[in-house]
Amino acid sequence: MTIGIVVFPGSNCDRDVRWALEGCLNTPTRFLWHEERDLSGLDAVVIPGGFSYGDYLRCGAIARFAPVLQELVAFADQGGPVLGICNGFQVLTEMGLLPGALTRNEKLHFLCEPSELEVQPGLCRWLQGYGAGERVTFPIAHGEGRYQCDAEQLKALEDGGQVVLRYCSNPNGSVAAIAGLTNARGNVLGLMPHPERACDPQTGGSDGRRLLSSLLG
Amino acid sequence: MLDPAGEATRAAAGRLGVTGVTRLRIGKAIDVELEAEDQATAQAQLELLSDRLLSNPVIENWSLERLELCSGTPA
Repeated sequence: MTIGIVVFPGSNCDRDVRWALEGCLNTPTRFLWHEERDLSGLDAVVIPGGFSYGDYLRCGAIARFAPVLQELVAFADQGGPVLGICNGFQVLTEMGLLPGALTRNEKLHFLCEPSELEVQPGLCRWLQGYGAGERVTFPIAHGEGRYQCDAEQLKALEDGGQVVLRYCSNPNGSVAAIAGLTNARGNVLGLMPHPERACDPQTGGSDGRRLLSSLLG
Repeated sequence: MLDPAGEATRAAAGRLGVTGVTRLRIGKAIDVELEAEDQATAQAQLELLSDRLLSNPVIENWSLERLELCSGTPA
């Protein structure tokens, strides 16, 4: 089992994800520089948080055209598990692997705090370690995390069971308090909170371990 | 769609004494110079750019405006 971690210029949670997977969960990882095209031998891919390409134009807008993500589309189409955290979630929506968009927080502040979330795992492969309605706490750290989509899209997401994570207090003003979404097939998960920063009880809790270990069998 | 930066700026306009601002939205202006064989090609390429890279249709609208660089020369 090897998990790929995409690295863009401006990524800053790539090492956090590696620490969580290797240091806490004893799972090998491989960094994927944005210009790479070789995803062979990988069982899952994580797009970490940060400010890919400086967040120029819009968060995730330029990352979408990176060679490594062209390959990732095919990987996801074949059912490969893909996890986008924070900036990674923004990238997934810009790529069209998940619908909607992440916009400036309602009250404009950058939010950096623990956030309580309700999990509805549904078919999402990354969340099978959690019970339906279970509450967990992951840190959030974002300025542009307010999820937006139109009413028709929201209904499709709700009806399809794709809203898998909701904020209990909706700190950024997201539509329907959405913190995380999966695709219809359940192999792609995007979320604004940081499960990789909740993998060690000494540094703020371990609720995220089950998410990152869900694929390990 | 809520534009929080626009709303904050609208509130500041009121504090400056300009109380009649009923709507204020903040967007972007992007200045592009493009070389193409003819105007139709340039238009098609700019529309592609606007739709697929420069804007996100989920949250943004866009429009194109052609400026003259100098007399008789299309920009």
